[in-house]
Parts: sequence; C-alpha cells; structure tokens
Amino acid sequence: MTYEPVIGLEVHLQLSTATKLFCGCPAKFGSPPNSQTCPVCLGLPGVLPVLNERVLEWGIRTALAFDCEIAQVMKFDRKQYFYPDLPKNYQISQYDQPLAQHGHLDLGLDGRTKRVRIRRIHLEEDAGKLLHEASQSQTCIDFNRTGVPLLEIVSEPDLGSSDEAYQYLVELKAVIEYLGVSTCNMEEGSLRCDTNISLRPAGDSALGSKVEIKNLNSFRAVKLALEYEAKRQAAALGRGERLPQETRLWDAKGLKTEPMRSKEEAADYRYFPEPDLVPFVIDRQLISRVGEALPELPAQRRRRYQEAHRLSAYDARVLSQHRAFGELFEGALRAGAAPKPVANWIMGELLAHLNAHGLEPEEVKLRPEWLAHLVQLVDEGTLSGKMAKDVFAQMLERGVDPLQLVEEGGLKQIVESGALERIAEAVLEANPKSVADYRKGKTNVLTYLMGQAMKRSQGKANPQQIAELLKHKLERVTP
Amino acid sequence: MAVVTPDILRQVASLARLRLEGPALAQFAAQLDEILQYVQQLQAVETSGVEPTSHVLPLSNVLRKDEPGACLSQEAVLGLAPAQQRPFVTVPKVLET
Repeated sequence: MTYEPVIGLEVHLQLSTATKLFCGCPAKFGSPPNSQTCPVCLGLPGVLPVLNERVLEWGIRTALAFDCEIAQVMKFDRKQYFYPDLPKNYQISQYDQPLAQHGHLDLGLDGRTKRVRIRRIHLEEDAGKLLHEASQSQTCIDFNRTGVPLLEIVSEPDLGSSDEAYQYLVELKAVIEYLGVSTCNMEEGSLRCDTNISLRPAGDSALGSKVEIKNLNSFRAVKLALEYEAKRQAAALGRGERLPQETRLWDAKGLKTEPMRSKEEAADYRYFPEPDLVPFVIDRQLISRVGEALPELPAQRRRRYQEAHRLSAYDARVLSQHRAFGELFEGALRAGAAPKPVANWIMGELLAHLNAHGLEPEEVKLRPEWLAHLVQLVDEGTLSGKMAKDVFAQMLERGVDPLQLVEEGGLKQIVESGALERIAEAVLEANPKSVADYRKGKTNVLTYLMGQAMKRSQGKANPQQIAELLKHKLERVTP
Repeated sequence: MAVVTPDILRQVASLARLRLEGPALAQFAAQLDEILQYVQQLQAVETSGVEPTSHVLPLSNVLRKDEPGACLSQEAVLGLAPAQQRPFVTVPKVLET
C-alpha cells in the first residue's frame, strides 16, 4: 500500500521588541546571564504583569499578513507545567481566545499555488534557558529569556511532503522578515519550530496517529526528520503495527527520531484564565491602522517583479526571498540599471558570497548604486565579465564603489588597439609551435593562445578584440 | 461521591513532582476532597442571568509602552535562588546523560 504524509507545523517567533512581554526588562539576546530579570519575569509574589503594546500591534501586523481573523476579545491563560526553566511553574499563554485564527499562507510550488491554512496565532512568554553540561552534576539556568514575547503560528495539517514543509518555512520566514517583527535567527533561537506528521493510505481522508517531532534546529533538520519519520511510519504500518500517538525527538547526529520518555510526555497543562491580566478588546481602528501600514509582502513583490520587470518566476522568487535583495534590486534600477543583469549579480555572485561566508544579506556592505555602476562598466566594455567578477568580490570585501575600484586599480579593460596589437604579437612570438600548428589547420590552438594573451594582459584585454586580432595575424601571414 | 480519589491524587502529585505514598495518599485525598466539596457550595448560586467572564474586574486593555525599565542585578537574582554557581542559578540535573 502507498501512504501519503499529512504534516503540520508550529513555529515560535521571538518578537524583536525592546522589552519583554509583561515587564520592562530588555528582551535583548546575548547579555550576561541573569542580568535581564525583574520581580515580574521571575514570578516573585505580589507582582502584576502588564502587556507590552508593541507586542499587540506586531501580533496584529503578523496576523494580517497571514490573512487571519483577529479576535474581538482575546485573553491570556496559565499553562501549568513543572520544569526549572519556568520560574513561576506556569507559562502565560493563550488557550481558547487567541489573538487570531483562520488565516493562510500561499506557497508557489513549481508553477502551482498551494494554500496552507493557518489555524491560529497566539501570544505567549518564552521560558529561561537551561544549560546541561555533561561534566556537571547540576543544571544551570539563565533567566534572561524568561518573559521574552513569543508569537506561535500553528498551521493546519495541510502539507503533503517534507519539501512542502520546507517551502512553507522558507516562505513564512520571508514574510516575517518583510514585516520586521523578528530576526528569525534559528541559531539564536528567535525562530523555533516543531512539526507533526501522520500517514494515511493515499487518497484516504481519515487521519492516522499523529507523531510530534521536537528538537529541530534548522529547516534542513525539519525536512530530514520528516523524511525519516515518513519512512519509519510506513515501514511500521506495512508490518501491520499500530502507531501510538507520541512525541519524538530529532537526533541530528544519528539522523533519526527517538521517542521521548513517557514521563516527560505525561503533560496535563490545566489551563485556566490568567487572573493577573485583564481581557483585551481589540479596537477595529487599531486593526485598520496596522493593516494600512503593512509593507509589500513577498508574494506581492514576486508578482510585481514578473509583471513590471519581466523577470522569470524563478528569478522573482529568489529576489523576493530576502527583503534586502529587493532593496538592492530596486535601488540599482532606480540608479539606471536594467533589471536582468542586476538580478543576475544578486542571484549569482552575491548569493554565492553569502552562502560561502554564512552571511545574511543585511550583513553585506553593498549599496544598490554600486551594482548599477558595475552593470554600467560591463555594458560600456570597460570591464570584461571576468574582471567584473573580480571587481564584485573586491567591492564586497572593501565596501567600495566599483567606479572607484576601476580608477584606483588600473582595472580598465584594454580596448586600445595599439596596446592589444603589442600583446598579440608578443604571444605569437613566444609560441612559435602553436602558430605553426594553427597554420597546419589545428585551429583549436587559438583557445590556448587566447589564454596566453589574457594572462599576459592580467585579464584586462578585451576578449573579443584580442581574439580577432590573433586570428587576423595567424591567417594573414602565410608560411 | 468523592471528587478526589487516591488515584487522581497520585496523578496530580506526579505532575507537581511531589512524592506522596502509602497512607498519606488516602489522608490528603480526603482532605482535598473536603475542600472541593466546600467550594462546590457555589454551584447552588443562581447564575442563569449572569454573563460569563474570565475576570472579575470591570477593566480591559491595560497596556504599557515598549520602554525599558530597571532590572535586578545579577547579584540580587542569584541571591534569591537556593543554589547558584555564578553567573547561573542551579538545580539538580534535569537531563540524564
């Protein structure tokens, strides 16, 4: 029997507000341990939490970007569990009256659009960070993260493969980046995700037993864990086993999932309304104001790039992946460059540079007009394609305008015929055997001679011109 | 009929990480049950004309600006904890290795 996977995702985002969800402690990452706490986030007796208004606004902003219905009234609830990362022994979260519900995210998958429904988006506070050093007999706690605002985005189980799950995460991250509400940095924990998967006979509508997978540290881990789990479950079902509903942990080293011990699983959160926080009636005017201030989102930008700038669907997708790419692209166009060559620089050299150095687009010193200048230098013939790539690398390395690099580095392409003539002659003189071969009919030695000419000119000779000159000289003199 | 049985108590105690065994189970189950029965008198109040609410105060939308305030010093925070190892608060090992 063939099975199809049914996959849902839960994404937790840390909002990049200045302060925590319910108190004025900074929500900054990377401060000295236990230096960003106060009686409220430590849960000392007698304190009162007060909601950060920016969290509400950013929550609405995000919910609108996913086309959610915003609650008329939302409230907070206590979720009880006993774990040392939680100083109060409960987490303030939202249970039955979340901020928003019933949204969706559209994915562009090889020419078709897949709509993934968003079940709900709710607000909750983050827990502290536990450090389990193998050598120590103690677990260490840093409470700085306690109370940092989290937004949880829960999808319906609408994803049909690990690839779709991956695309969903990439698109969701792009939307959040455009909104500017979170840094979405998985290494720093500002984006975390859990996934759930069950299998059912292909074409069936009933759902199988759901397995939740936790401990996923990258989008790639999500994909690998889902692939592994789909295989594992299919094999078990194939043997006629019944799968339990359970939570499993991804083992990134062993590339497998392992069941969580049942003790950790026996959760009964006993939610009840948080008595220290009053309900929130969400003002419709606030919603329209936030809605009007929504930026262009990745899907809209893709459409615009295809329509207004005649880019392919693929190019439009790569350029809209990061907000910074779009800013570079459009800035370079404003500075006078044509769309396609600018797109090519971003998708080719820039993307390769980012991948090679593990950088985010925002971390690169690159101004849009520099890209326009580079395109212009190539168009005018001042730089060959090869030289332009060198200039591009230097431009990123030094953070300098290509126009300046060309001026100071003598990088101008040699197009002056006298200079090219001297190079061609020197190459032919130094390679009498190749010259003889060419004249015997082995015309492919021209490539070798071309290479010699480029080397002698340190890559600066105009390739078309030097090729013609060499050819001309080889054919003019007959033995 | 008892609301809190020794079985229910055992489950609640394990969620709360409390060790309750033997005769103590029956003893506490009976006491907790009494408390719940006492509170259950509230069920007798006529509420058909009362709007449900999650909160007793006539208040909503209490918000604050996203502006940083004062924090406790690391020194003070560690001083509040029963065990510490600068700069961390420590507890008995949570994960087995």
